[in-house]
Amino acid sequence: MTNTSNSLSSVLKVILVREYLCASRHRQAFINPLVFFAIIIALFPLGVSPEPGFLSLAAVGVVWVGALLSSMLSLDNLFMKDYEDGSLEQMVLSAQPLYLILLVKSFVHWTLTGLPLILISPLLALMLHLDFQHLPVLLLTLIMGTPVINLIGGIGAALTVSLRSSGVLVSLLVLPLTIPVLIFGSGAVQASIDGSVINGHLAILAMLLMLSLTLAPFATSAALKLSVSN
Amino acid sequence: MNWTFFHKLGSPKWFYDISGKLLPWFIFFGFSLLIAGMIWGLAFAPKDYQQGDSFRIIYLHVPSAILAQSCYMMMAAAALVSLVWKMKLADVFIYSAAPIGALFTFLALFTGAVWGKPTWGTWWVWDARLTAMLVLLFLYFGVISLQSALEDAQLASKATSILVLVGVVNIPIIKYSVDWWNTLHQPATFKLTEKPAMVPEMWIPLLVMVIGIYCFFTAVILMRMRNEILLRERKTKWVDALL
Repeated sequence: MTNTSNSLSSVLKVILVREYLCASRHRQAFINPLVFFAIIIALFPLGVSPEPGFLSLAAVGVVWVGALLSSMLSLDNLFMKDYEDGSLEQMVLSAQPLYLILLVKSFVHWTLTGLPLILISPLLALMLHLDFQHLPVLLLTLIMGTPVINLIGGIGAALTVSLRSSGVLVSLLVLPLTIPVLIFGSGAVQASIDGSVINGHLAILAMLLMLSLTLAPFATSAALKLSVSN
Repeated sequence: MNWTFFHKLGSPKWFYDISGKLLPWFIFFGFSLLIAGMIWGLAFAPKDYQQGDSFRIIYLHVPSAILAQSCYMMMAAAALVSLVWKMKLADVFIYSAAPIGALFTFLALFTGAVWGKPTWGTWWVWDARLTAMLVLLFLYFGVISLQSALEDAQLASKATSILVLVGVVNIPIIKYSVDWWNTLHQPATFKLTEKPAMVPEMWIPLLVMVIGIYCFFTAVILMRMRNEILLRERKTKWVDALL
Protein backbone atom coordinates (compact mmCIF):
# COMPACT_ATOMS: atom_id res chain seq x y z
CA MET A 1 0.00 0.00 0.00
CA THR A 2 1.32 3.42 -0.90
CA ASN A 3 1.54 6.24 1.56
CA THR A 4 -1.87 7.97 1.43
CA SER A 5 -0.72 11.45 2.36
CA ASN A 6 1.82 11.22 -0.41
CA SER A 7 -0.70 10.13 -2.98
CA LEU A 8 -3.18 12.78 -1.79
CA SER A 9 -0.67 15.57 -2.34
CA SER A 10 0.31 14.14 -5.71
CA VAL A 11 -3.35 13.94 -6.77
CA LEU A 12 -3.91 17.52 -5.72
CA LYS A 13 -0.79 18.59 -7.59
CA VAL A 14 -1.95 16.79 -10.73
CA ILE A 15 -5.30 18.56 -10.48
CA LEU A 16 -3.62 21.92 -9.91
CA VAL A 17 -1.45 21.52 -13.02
CA ARG A 18 -4.34 20.16 -15.05
CA GLU A 19 -6.64 23.06 -14.13
CA TYR A 20 -4.06 25.63 -15.23
CA LEU A 21 -3.38 23.68 -18.41
CA CYS A 22 -7.10 23.49 -19.27
CA ALA A 23 -7.49 27.19 -18.51
CA SER A 24 -4.55 28.11 -20.74
CA ARG A 25 -6.35 26.41 -23.64
CA HIS A 26 -9.52 28.46 -23.07
CA ARG A 27 -8.09 31.86 -22.31
CA GLN A 28 -11.05 33.75 -23.73
CA ALA A 29 -13.39 32.27 -21.11
CA PHE A 30 -11.40 34.06 -18.42
CA ILE A 31 -10.88 37.31 -20.31
CA ASN A 32 -14.56 37.85 -21.11
CA PRO A 33 -15.69 38.38 -17.48
CA LEU A 34 -12.96 41.01 -17.09
CA VAL A 35 -14.15 42.89 -20.15
CA PHE A 36 -17.69 42.58 -18.84
CA PHE A 37 -16.51 44.07 -15.53
CA ALA A 38 -14.94 47.04 -17.30
CA ILE A 39 -18.09 47.58 -19.38
CA ILE A 40 -20.34 47.58 -16.29
CA ILE A 41 -18.09 50.19 -14.70
CA ALA A 42 -18.26 52.29 -17.86
CA LEU A 43 -22.04 52.08 -17.99
CA PHE A 44 -22.58 53.88 -14.67
CA PRO A 45 -21.07 57.27 -15.61
CA LEU A 46 -22.85 57.01 -18.97
CA GLY A 47 -26.19 56.02 -17.51
CA VAL A 48 -26.33 58.01 -14.27
CA SER A 49 -23.95 60.94 -14.21
CA PRO A 50 -20.33 61.65 -15.22
CA GLU A 51 -20.05 64.25 -12.48
CA PRO A 52 -16.95 63.52 -10.30
CA GLY A 53 -18.74 64.35 -7.04
CA PHE A 54 -21.42 61.72 -7.68
CA LEU A 55 -19.01 59.15 -9.06
CA SER A 56 -16.67 59.29 -6.08
CA LEU A 57 -19.66 58.60 -3.82
CA ALA A 58 -20.90 55.73 -5.96
CA ALA A 59 -17.50 54.27 -6.90
CA VAL A 60 -17.26 51.66 -4.13
CA GLY A 61 -20.71 50.25 -4.71
CA VAL A 62 -20.29 50.23 -8.48
CA VAL A 63 -16.97 48.39 -8.32
CA TRP A 64 -18.36 45.84 -5.86
CA VAL A 65 -21.57 45.22 -7.83
CA GLY A 66 -19.51 44.92 -11.01
CA ALA A 67 -17.21 42.41 -9.32
CA LEU A 68 -20.21 40.37 -8.13
CA LEU A 69 -21.89 40.31 -11.54
CA SER A 70 -18.77 39.44 -13.50
CA SER A 71 -17.93 36.66 -11.02
CA MET A 72 -21.33 35.16 -11.83
CA LEU A 73 -20.37 35.01 -15.52
CA SER A 74 -17.26 32.95 -14.93
CA LEU A 75 -18.99 30.36 -12.72
CA ASP A 76 -19.86 28.30 -15.81
CA ASN A 77 -16.15 27.63 -16.31
CA LEU A 78 -15.90 25.96 -12.94
CA PHE A 79 -17.46 22.54 -13.64
CA MET A 80 -19.13 22.65 -17.08
CA LYS A 81 -16.21 21.41 -19.21
CA ASP A 82 -15.25 18.75 -16.65
CA TYR A 83 -18.84 17.57 -16.52
CA GLU A 84 -19.09 17.28 -20.29
CA ASP A 85 -15.85 15.32 -20.80
CA GLY A 86 -16.39 13.06 -17.78
CA SER A 87 -13.41 14.15 -15.72
CA LEU A 88 -15.74 15.49 -13.04
CA GLU A 89 -17.05 11.96 -12.60
CA GLN A 90 -13.49 10.75 -12.04
CA MET A 91 -12.93 13.40 -9.40
CA VAL A 92 -16.11 12.39 -7.59
CA LEU A 93 -15.14 8.70 -7.81
CA SER A 94 -11.55 9.35 -6.78
CA ALA A 95 -10.34 7.84 -3.52
CA GLN A 96 -9.11 11.23 -2.37
CA PRO A 97 -11.49 13.58 -0.56
CA LEU A 98 -13.60 15.58 -2.97
CA TYR A 99 -13.54 18.42 -0.44
CA LEU A 100 -9.83 19.06 -0.98
CA ILE A 101 -10.04 18.58 -4.73
CA LEU A 102 -12.75 21.24 -4.81
CA LEU A 103 -10.67 23.59 -2.69
CA VAL A 104 -7.82 23.26 -5.20
CA LYS A 105 -10.22 23.85 -8.08
CA SER A 106 -11.67 26.90 -6.34
CA PHE A 107 -8.22 28.25 -5.66
CA VAL A 108 -7.19 27.92 -9.30
CA HIS A 109 -10.47 29.45 -10.40
CA TRP A 110 -9.95 32.38 -8.03
CA THR A 111 -6.40 33.04 -9.27
CA LEU A 112 -7.77 33.13 -12.83
CA THR A 113 -10.94 35.17 -12.24
CA GLY A 114 -10.81 36.92 -8.88
CA LEU A 115 -7.17 37.94 -8.94
CA PRO A 116 -7.20 39.62 -12.40
CA LEU A 117 -10.37 41.39 -11.37
CA ILE A 118 -8.66 42.71 -8.25
CA LEU A 119 -5.67 43.77 -10.33
CA ILE A 120 -7.69 45.91 -12.75
CA SER A 121 -10.07 47.29 -10.12
CA PRO A 122 -7.73 50.13 -8.92
CA LEU A 123 -7.62 51.45 -12.47
CA LEU A 124 -11.40 51.37 -12.82
CA ALA A 125 -11.91 52.80 -9.31
CA LEU A 126 -9.67 55.73 -10.20
CA MET A 127 -11.73 56.29 -13.35
CA LEU A 128 -14.71 56.60 -11.00
CA HIS A 129 -12.79 59.24 -9.01
CA LEU A 130 -12.37 57.14 -5.90
CA ASP A 131 -9.85 58.86 -3.69
CA PHE A 132 -6.39 57.32 -4.04
CA GLN A 133 -5.94 56.82 -0.31
CA HIS A 134 -8.93 54.44 -0.10
CA LEU A 135 -7.61 52.09 -2.78
CA PRO A 136 -5.75 49.80 -0.33
CA VAL A 137 -8.96 49.22 1.63
CA LEU A 138 -10.88 48.48 -1.56
CA LEU A 139 -8.21 46.01 -2.63
CA LEU A 140 -8.17 44.37 0.79
CA THR A 141 -11.95 43.90 0.81
CA LEU A 142 -11.85 42.51 -2.72
CA ILE A 143 -9.07 40.09 -1.78
CA MET A 144 -11.16 38.82 1.12
CA GLY A 145 -14.52 38.99 -0.63
CA THR A 146 -13.95 37.49 -4.08
CA PRO A 147 -12.97 34.03 -2.74
CA VAL A 148 -16.24 33.98 -0.79
CA ILE A 149 -18.18 34.78 -3.96
CA ASN A 150 -16.28 32.02 -5.80
CA LEU A 151 -16.91 29.45 -3.06
CA ILE A 152 -20.63 30.22 -2.71
CA GLY A 153 -20.89 30.41 -6.48
CA GLY A 154 -19.39 26.93 -6.66
CA ILE A 155 -22.45 25.56 -4.87
CA GLY A 156 -24.76 27.12 -7.46
CA ALA A 157 -22.58 25.93 -10.33
CA ALA A 158 -22.53 22.38 -8.91
CA LEU A 159 -26.31 22.30 -8.50
CA THR A 160 -26.94 23.37 -12.08
CA VAL A 161 -24.05 21.65 -13.85
CA SER A 162 -26.33 19.08 -15.48
CA LEU A 163 -28.32 21.80 -17.26
CA ARG A 164 -27.41 22.85 -20.78
CA SER A 165 -27.73 26.58 -20.17
CA SER A 166 -27.63 27.61 -16.56
CA GLY A 167 -26.41 31.20 -16.81
CA VAL A 168 -29.28 33.18 -15.31
CA LEU A 169 -30.32 30.42 -12.93
CA VAL A 170 -26.89 30.32 -11.25
CA SER A 171 -27.01 34.07 -10.67
CA LEU A 172 -30.53 33.78 -9.29
CA LEU A 173 -29.42 31.11 -6.81
CA VAL A 174 -26.12 32.66 -5.81
CA LEU A 175 -26.55 36.44 -5.76
CA PRO A 176 -28.95 36.58 -2.77
CA LEU A 177 -26.46 34.53 -0.76
CA THR A 178 -23.62 36.93 -1.51
CA ILE A 179 -25.40 40.00 -0.10
CA PRO A 180 -23.42 39.97 3.20
CA VAL A 181 -20.15 40.10 1.25
CA LEU A 182 -21.40 43.10 -0.69
CA ILE A 183 -22.60 44.86 2.48
CA PHE A 184 -19.37 44.48 4.42
CA GLY A 185 -17.06 44.78 1.42
CA SER A 186 -18.42 48.12 0.31
CA GLY A 187 -19.19 49.04 3.93
CA ALA A 188 -15.51 48.85 4.88
CA VAL A 189 -14.48 51.22 2.08
CA GLN A 190 -17.38 53.53 2.90
CA ALA A 191 -16.29 53.59 6.55
CA SER A 192 -12.76 54.42 5.46
CA ILE A 193 -14.11 57.30 3.34
CA ASP A 194 -16.15 58.52 6.32
CA GLY A 195 -13.01 58.35 8.42
CA SER A 196 -14.33 55.75 10.88
CA VAL A 197 -12.84 52.42 11.90
CA ILE A 198 -12.90 49.60 9.40
CA ASN A 199 -11.77 46.76 11.65
CA GLY A 200 -15.30 45.53 12.34
CA HIS A 201 -16.17 45.23 8.66
CA LEU A 202 -12.89 43.50 7.90
CA ALA A 203 -13.36 41.08 10.81
CA ILE A 204 -16.78 40.07 9.50
CA LEU A 205 -15.43 39.69 5.97
CA ALA A 206 -12.72 37.43 7.38
CA MET A 207 -15.39 35.43 9.21
CA LEU A 208 -17.37 35.05 5.97
CA LEU A 209 -14.20 33.89 4.24
CA MET A 210 -13.46 31.30 6.94
CA LEU A 211 -17.07 30.07 7.01
CA SER A 212 -17.24 29.65 3.26
CA LEU A 213 -13.80 28.01 3.10
CA THR A 214 -14.87 25.40 5.63
CA LEU A 215 -18.55 24.90 4.77
CA ALA A 216 -19.10 25.68 1.09
CA PRO A 217 -17.01 22.76 -0.29
CA PHE A 218 -19.22 20.35 1.68
CA ALA A 219 -22.35 21.65 -0.02
CA THR A 220 -20.57 21.75 -3.38
CA SER A 221 -19.39 18.16 -3.13
CA ALA A 222 -22.86 16.99 -2.08
CA ALA A 223 -24.32 18.83 -5.09
CA LEU A 224 -21.69 17.44 -7.45
CA LYS A 225 -22.22 13.85 -6.30
CA LEU A 226 -25.91 14.36 -6.98
CA SER A 227 -25.44 15.93 -10.41
CA VAL A 228 -22.94 13.29 -11.51
CA SER A 229 -24.97 10.32 -10.30
CA ASN A 230 -27.91 11.23 -12.50
CA MET B 1 -40.05 6.65 22.63
CA ASN B 2 -42.14 5.07 19.95
CA TRP B 3 -40.87 6.02 16.49
CA THR B 4 -43.49 4.14 14.48
CA PHE B 5 -45.25 7.34 13.43
CA PHE B 6 -41.96 8.64 12.01
CA HIS B 7 -41.48 5.58 9.84
CA LYS B 8 -45.09 5.68 8.78
CA LEU B 9 -44.45 9.21 7.50
CA GLY B 10 -42.25 7.56 4.90
CA SER B 11 -45.30 5.97 3.35
CA PRO B 12 -47.19 8.22 0.94
CA LYS B 13 -50.24 5.97 1.14
CA TRP B 14 -50.47 6.32 4.94
CA PHE B 15 -50.01 10.07 4.66
CA TYR B 16 -52.66 10.28 1.96
CA ASP B 17 -55.18 8.46 4.14
CA ILE B 18 -54.48 10.39 7.33
CA SER B 19 -54.27 13.79 5.65
CA GLY B 20 -57.60 13.15 3.97
CA LYS B 21 -59.15 12.78 7.42
CA LEU B 22 -57.42 15.86 8.85
CA LEU B 23 -57.93 18.16 5.91
CA PRO B 24 -61.60 19.14 6.54
CA TRP B 25 -60.69 20.13 10.12
CA PHE B 26 -57.87 22.38 9.04
CA ILE B 27 -60.07 23.98 6.38
CA PHE B 28 -62.84 24.53 8.93
CA PHE B 29 -60.60 25.95 11.68
CA GLY B 30 -58.49 27.93 9.24
CA PHE B 31 -61.43 29.74 7.72
CA SER B 32 -63.38 30.25 10.94
CA LEU B 33 -60.34 31.61 12.80
CA LEU B 34 -59.37 33.85 9.91
CA ILE B 35 -62.88 35.25 9.56
CA ALA B 36 -63.29 35.70 13.33
CA GLY B 37 -59.85 37.28 13.73
CA MET B 38 -60.38 39.55 10.75
CA ILE B 39 -63.74 40.86 11.99
CA TRP B 40 -62.45 41.21 15.56
CA GLY B 41 -59.28 42.96 14.49
CA LEU B 42 -60.74 45.22 11.84
CA ALA B 43 -63.98 46.21 13.55
CA PHE B 44 -63.71 45.74 17.32
CA ALA B 45 -60.06 46.11 18.36
CA PRO B 46 -59.27 49.58 19.77
CA LYS B 47 -57.59 52.21 17.63
CA ASP B 48 -53.89 52.83 17.96
CA TYR B 49 -53.33 56.15 19.73
CA GLN B 50 -50.68 57.21 17.22
CA GLN B 51 -51.46 55.42 13.98
CA GLY B 52 -55.26 55.45 14.21
CA ASP B 53 -57.03 52.91 12.04
CA SER B 54 -54.11 52.39 9.68
CA PHE B 55 -52.44 50.05 12.17
CA ARG B 56 -55.20 47.48 11.55
CA ILE B 57 -53.30 46.08 8.57
CA ILE B 58 -51.11 44.48 11.24
CA TYR B 59 -53.74 41.72 11.38
CA LEU B 60 -52.72 40.64 7.90
CA HIS B 61 -49.12 41.85 7.86
CA VAL B 62 -47.73 40.15 10.97
CA PRO B 63 -49.31 36.70 10.41
CA SER B 64 -48.10 36.54 6.82
CA ALA B 65 -44.60 37.72 7.81
CA ILE B 66 -44.39 35.10 10.57
CA LEU B 67 -45.60 32.40 8.22
CA ALA B 68 -43.26 33.48 5.43
CA GLN B 69 -40.26 33.05 7.70
CA SER B 70 -41.33 29.88 9.45
CA CYS B 71 -42.28 28.29 6.12
CA TYR B 72 -38.63 28.50 5.07
CA MET B 73 -37.57 26.96 8.39
CA MET B 74 -40.04 24.10 7.86
CA MET B 75 -38.65 23.60 4.36
CA ALA B 76 -35.14 23.47 5.82
CA ALA B 77 -36.21 20.84 8.35
CA ALA B 78 -37.82 18.86 5.52
CA ALA B 79 -34.64 19.26 3.45
CA LEU B 80 -32.59 17.76 6.26
CA VAL B 81 -35.06 14.87 6.59
CA SER B 82 -34.97 14.36 2.84
CA LEU B 83 -31.18 14.23 2.68
CA VAL B 84 -30.65 12.15 5.82
CA TRP B 85 -33.57 9.71 5.76
CA LYS B 86 -34.40 9.97 2.04
CA MET B 87 -38.09 10.42 2.77
CA LYS B 88 -40.19 11.02 -0.30
CA LEU B 89 -42.76 13.02 1.66
CA ALA B 90 -40.17 15.60 2.69
CA ASP B 91 -39.43 16.28 -0.99
CA VAL B 92 -43.14 16.59 -1.67
CA PHE B 93 -43.43 19.05 1.21
CA ILE B 94 -40.61 21.29 -0.08
CA TYR B 95 -42.09 21.19 -3.56
CA SER B 96 -45.52 22.17 -2.27
CA ALA B 97 -44.40 24.73 0.29
CA ALA B 98 -42.02 26.88 -1.78
CA PRO B 99 -44.64 28.73 -3.89
CA ILE B 100 -46.85 29.27 -0.84
CA GLY B 101 -43.92 30.64 1.15
CA ALA B 102 -43.07 32.98 -1.72
CA LEU B 103 -46.69 34.12 -1.85
CA PHE B 104 -46.82 34.92 1.87
CA THR B 105 -43.47 36.73 1.66
CA PHE B 106 -44.89 38.83 -1.13
CA LEU B 107 -48.06 39.43 0.89
CA ALA B 108 -45.99 40.55 3.89
CA LEU B 109 -43.98 42.94 1.72
CA PHE B 110 -47.10 44.26 0.00
CA THR B 111 -49.08 44.86 3.20
CA GLY B 112 -45.92 46.38 4.69
CA ALA B 113 -45.73 48.82 1.78
CA VAL B 114 -49.41 49.73 2.20
CA TRP B 115 -48.82 50.23 5.92
CA GLY B 116 -45.62 52.18 5.35
CA LYS B 117 -47.30 54.82 3.20
CA PRO B 118 -49.42 56.44 5.97
CA THR B 119 -46.98 55.82 8.85
CA TRP B 120 -43.53 56.42 7.30
CA GLY B 121 -44.77 58.49 4.37
CA THR B 122 -43.27 56.18 1.75
CA TRP B 123 -44.09 52.86 0.09
CA TRP B 124 -40.64 51.42 0.43
CA VAL B 125 -37.55 52.10 2.49
CA TRP B 126 -34.30 50.16 2.40
CA ASP B 127 -34.72 49.17 5.99
CA ALA B 128 -33.11 46.06 7.42
CA ARG B 129 -36.20 43.94 7.97
CA LEU B 130 -37.78 44.90 4.66
CA THR B 131 -34.57 44.08 2.84
CA ALA B 132 -34.23 40.77 4.68
CA MET B 133 -37.77 39.85 3.61
CA LEU B 134 -36.95 40.84 0.04
CA VAL B 135 -33.90 38.58 0.12
CA LEU B 136 -36.10 35.80 1.53
CA LEU B 137 -38.39 36.29 -1.47
CA PHE B 138 -35.37 35.92 -3.76
CA LEU B 139 -34.38 32.72 -1.93
CA TYR B 140 -37.87 31.32 -2.50
CA PHE B 141 -37.65 32.26 -6.18
CA GLY B 142 -34.31 30.47 -6.39
CA VAL B 143 -35.80 27.30 -4.91
CA ILE B 144 -38.80 27.43 -7.25
CA SER B 145 -36.71 28.03 -10.36
CA LEU B 146 -34.22 25.28 -9.49
CA GLN B 147 -37.13 22.87 -9.01
CA SER B 148 -38.57 23.67 -12.40
CA ALA B 149 -35.23 23.81 -14.24
CA LEU B 150 -34.10 20.28 -13.36
CA GLU B 151 -36.20 17.80 -15.27
CA ASP B 152 -35.25 14.64 -13.41
CA ALA B 153 -37.59 14.60 -10.38
CA GLN B 154 -35.13 12.78 -8.14
CA LEU B 155 -32.30 15.18 -8.94
CA ALA B 156 -34.61 18.20 -8.64
CA SER B 157 -35.77 17.35 -5.15
CA LYS B 158 -32.31 16.49 -3.80
CA ALA B 159 -30.73 19.57 -5.37
CA THR B 160 -33.50 21.72 -3.93
CA SER B 161 -32.88 20.23 -0.49
CA ILE B 162 -29.21 21.20 -0.68
CA LEU B 163 -30.09 24.71 -1.82
CA VAL B 164 -32.64 25.14 0.99
CA LEU B 165 -30.06 24.06 3.56
CA VAL B 166 -27.42 26.39 2.14
CA GLY B 167 -30.02 29.15 2.30
CA VAL B 168 -30.92 28.46 5.90
CA VAL B 169 -27.27 28.66 6.96
CA ASN B 170 -27.14 32.02 5.22
CA ILE B 171 -30.38 33.48 6.56
CA PRO B 172 -29.00 34.49 9.99
CA ILE B 173 -25.88 35.96 8.35
CA ILE B 174 -27.99 37.94 5.90
CA LYS B 175 -30.30 39.02 8.70
CA TYR B 176 -27.51 40.33 10.91
CA SER B 177 -25.72 41.95 7.96
CA VAL B 178 -28.72 43.99 6.93
CA ASP B 179 -29.53 44.71 10.60
CA TRP B 180 -26.17 46.31 10.98
CA TRP B 181 -26.45 47.97 7.62
CA ASN B 182 -29.65 49.92 8.21
CA THR B 183 -32.64 49.87 10.50
CA LEU B 184 -35.94 51.75 10.80
CA HIS B 185 -38.61 49.06 11.23
CA GLN B 186 -40.28 48.68 14.63
CA PRO B 187 -39.06 45.62 16.59
CA ALA B 188 -40.90 42.30 16.33
CA THR B 189 -44.47 42.34 17.64
CA PHE B 190 -44.43 38.92 19.26
CA LYS B 191 -41.52 37.60 21.25
CA LEU B 192 -41.73 34.24 22.95
CA THR B 193 -39.86 35.46 26.01
CA GLU B 194 -41.66 38.72 26.71
CA LYS B 195 -45.17 39.97 27.17
CA PRO B 196 -46.38 41.86 24.09
CA ALA B 197 -46.28 45.66 24.36
CA MET B 198 -49.84 45.94 23.05
CA VAL B 199 -53.00 45.76 25.12
CA PRO B 200 -54.74 42.34 25.12
CA GLU B 201 -57.71 43.70 23.10
CA MET B 202 -55.24 44.32 20.30
CA TRP B 203 -52.99 41.26 20.40
CA ILE B 204 -55.59 38.56 21.08
CA PRO B 205 -57.23 39.03 17.65
CA LEU B 206 -53.71 39.07 16.20
CA LEU B 207 -52.98 35.74 17.87
CA VAL B 208 -56.25 34.37 16.46
CA MET B 209 -55.15 35.49 13.01
CA VAL B 210 -51.72 33.88 13.41
CA ILE B 211 -53.23 30.53 14.45
CA GLY B 212 -55.82 30.85 11.71
CA ILE B 213 -53.22 31.49 9.05
CA TYR B 214 -51.23 28.46 10.21
CA CYS B 215 -54.36 26.29 9.91
CA PHE B 216 -55.03 27.76 6.47
CA PHE B 217 -51.41 27.12 5.45
CA THR B 218 -51.63 23.53 6.69
CA ALA B 219 -54.84 22.99 4.74
CA VAL B 220 -53.37 24.38 1.52
CA ILE B 221 -50.14 22.42 1.99
CA LEU B 222 -52.05 19.19 2.60
CA MET B 223 -54.11 19.73 -0.53
CA ARG B 224 -51.04 20.45 -2.65
CA MET B 225 -49.14 17.52 -1.13
CA ARG B 226 -52.00 15.09 -1.71
CA ASN B 227 -52.20 16.22 -5.31
CA GLU B 228 -48.45 15.88 -5.80
CA ILE B 229 -48.41 12.45 -4.12
CA LEU B 230 -51.04 11.17 -6.52
CA LEU B 231 -49.00 12.51 -9.42
CA ARG B 232 -45.70 11.02 -8.24
CA GLU B 233 -47.20 7.68 -7.17
CA ARG B 234 -49.47 7.31 -10.19
CA LYS B 235 -47.85 4.03 -11.19
CA THR B 236 -48.47 2.33 -7.85
CA LYS B 237 -51.32 -0.07 -7.14
CA TRP B 238 -52.95 1.93 -4.34
CA VAL B 239 -53.34 5.05 -6.49
CA ASP B 240 -54.70 2.86 -9.25
CA ALA B 241 -57.23 1.37 -6.88
CA LEU B 242 -58.13 4.80 -5.54
CA LEU B 243 -58.93 6.48 -8.84
